[in-house]
Amino acid sequence: MDHGGIGLWGVPLAMLAGAIRVSTPFLFVSVGECLTERSGRINLGLEGTLVMGAMSAYGMALYTGSPWLGVLLAAGVGVLLGALHAGICQLPRVNDIATGIGLMLFGTGLAFFLGKPFIQPKAPVLGAIDLGWWSDIPQIRQALQVNYLFVLGIVLAFAMAWALKNTRWGLIVRLAGESVDAALAIGTPVGRVRLIATSIGGAFAGVGGAFLSLYYPGSWNEGLSSGQGLMAVALVIFARWDPIRCLWASLLFGAAGAISPALQSVGVTEGYYLFSAAPYVLTLALMIATCSPERSLRGAPGELGVVH
Amino acid sequence: MIDKLTIGRRALLGSAAGAAALGLSGAANAQKPLVIGFIYVGPRDDYGYNQAHAEAAAALKKLPGVKIVEEEKVPETVAVEKTMESMINLDGATLLFPTSFGYFDPYMLKEAGKYPKIQFRHCGGLWQQGKHPINTGSYFGYIDECQYLSGIVAGATTKSGKLGFVAAKPIPQVLRNINAFTLGAQSINPKATTQVIFTGDWSMPVKEAEATNSMIAQGVDVVTCHVDSPKVVVETAERAGIYTCGYHTNQAKLAPKGYLTGAEWNWERVYTGFVDAMKAGKAPANFVRGGLKEGFVRTSAYGPAAAPAGKAKADAVKLEMLNGNYVIFKGPLKDNKGNTVIAAGTSHIQTDPALESMNYLVEGVVGSTS
Repeated sequence: MDHGGIGLWGVPLAMLAGAIRVSTPFLFVSVGECLTERSGRINLGLEGTLVMGAMSAYGMALYTGSPWLGVLLAAGVGVLLGALHAGICQLPRVNDIATGIGLMLFGTGLAFFLGKPFIQPKAPVLGAIDLGWWSDIPQIRQALQVNYLFVLGIVLAFAMAWALKNTRWGLIVRLAGESVDAALAIGTPVGRVRLIATSIGGAFAGVGGAFLSLYYPGSWNEGLSSGQGLMAVALVIFARWDPIRCLWASLLFGAAGAISPALQSVGVTEGYYLFSAAPYVLTLALMIATCSPERSLRGAPGELGVVH
Repeated sequence: MIDKLTIGRRALLGSAAGAAALGLSGAANAQKPLVIGFIYVGPRDDYGYNQAHAEAAAALKKLPGVKIVEEEKVPETVAVEKTMESMINLDGATLLFPTSFGYFDPYMLKEAGKYPKIQFRHCGGLWQQGKHPINTGSYFGYIDECQYLSGIVAGATTKSGKLGFVAAKPIPQVLRNINAFTLGAQSINPKATTQVIFTGDWSMPVKEAEATNSMIAQGVDVVTCHVDSPKVVVETAERAGIYTCGYHTNQAKLAPKGYLTGAEWNWERVYTGFVDAMKAGKAPANFVRGGLKEGFVRTSAYGPAAAPAGKAKADAVKLEMLNGNYVIFKGPLKDNKGNTVIAAGTSHIQTDPALESMNYLVEGVVGSTS
């Protein structure tokens, strides 16, 4: 095609770049939620945690000049919100779904309220690793700008998969998620296990939010998340509660989100509303596929959604 | 309890009426401020559309005898009716500015029918004489004039000849901006093309960043936008080292290197006119339009990267616009599907209503309206 552009090759490249850029929040939220759900707890409030994480990270980076302190704060806020969710759910006859929705609204509302002064200013953002140094094509170099958090997310996904499978801790978490009776019989403090798992899950979601406000798109405003936290929770089901599959699913969702702009940028302009809806259609299809009257899903923790 | 309270209020009103009968009403009326309601679809400080209105509202607050009530983040749904009702009934607003495009039909029209004594003025080009209630109206600025000037600077500055436009929805105002920007660029650089990406909604930060990045990957080196908050687009472009033209307000601070110029609103001018009419006891005008000449819109100061040839040409055209004799949309003009949309010899001056129902993209725009 014309000079400067790389034509139709731009579509797969943009989707790859989109997968890398857009997937990180999905990755963090879903890996964290994976741990939470394996312990038998569902946290739908992660959308609120994500937005709170984004807001607090941006604010912290703005005041201290250090985006990494922002990431730390976001993780801390995530722990608090996760612990709050777990604490409420431990009360008798409390439904996690309802609590999660409540916390989602609480988190987003609080973030919008506290985040007012941060919409205008420009905070320092996180750096990236340049993995495209070998190429002369600027598009490839741009696509391969990989953020540290993305790398961290991949490492954490593998580490969690290993830990769930091979460590004593992983066994306890899985036990709490599969059968409360069995766990109690061998003296496992189910409540405490779930509290810790949910808090860690919250920390992950907070870091995912920090990625949104401090790297991509890299500024704080109220439309920042647009439901990514909720989609990530759906993604856990799609990934069959396996952290490594969460990684692939996140990349897939990231690429799906990049389809519409990528196609429009090479001149495929008809039907962009349809392409824009791709990630949501994917979510919907997953929800329908997984919403079965019998519990037929392989890998679903046995205690998930059970109210005691 | 409640009944007693109501009676109490009635008694109070009665005594007020008595006082009015005694000739005290003049003084009481003079002290009653003019209450004006502003409704925004997004946050007031979004570096964009809503901020442009909110800045004007803040300027009105300083006027004596004017009280401003505001509500932000009101969706374009039945929620805006509730907001309007509470502004009318609880705050006593007599002039309302629902500033977002989607508020007009059916929400504002419904409320206007219900409250015929309240004045509603909507930002956008939808009001039509004879078709819509007389207590409603619309105001808008010909910001496409500034977009045309931005296009000239962009066309002169671009190296690849490819410009990018991140747009929210294919509505007439947006298409008019895209077309004016493109025509401006082509006036100095006939080969320039504009790539358009529609994100589907007014505020989609991740999609806006993604759109900007995919255009950069296709060799676009100047971007501008028509979304509620240009902050994400401008920052993404600056980080990638390409140029930007701003929109709604001045975003030069966000892109000190790459900001070329921008199209800005000056709503204060419009609102002050409405307030003066209300204070004089008249209904404000129903159909208010203006461009550079009327001071409704303005351009940002040129950034360091703006090409000198572009600046010179833009200044010359701006002068003609200020004199009121520059026509942007004139024939022969083709759309990007090859159809003639304006015949040779036809000129649409800015006030022409035909321009307010624009539904095409001109030749040189890569994109589609559906």
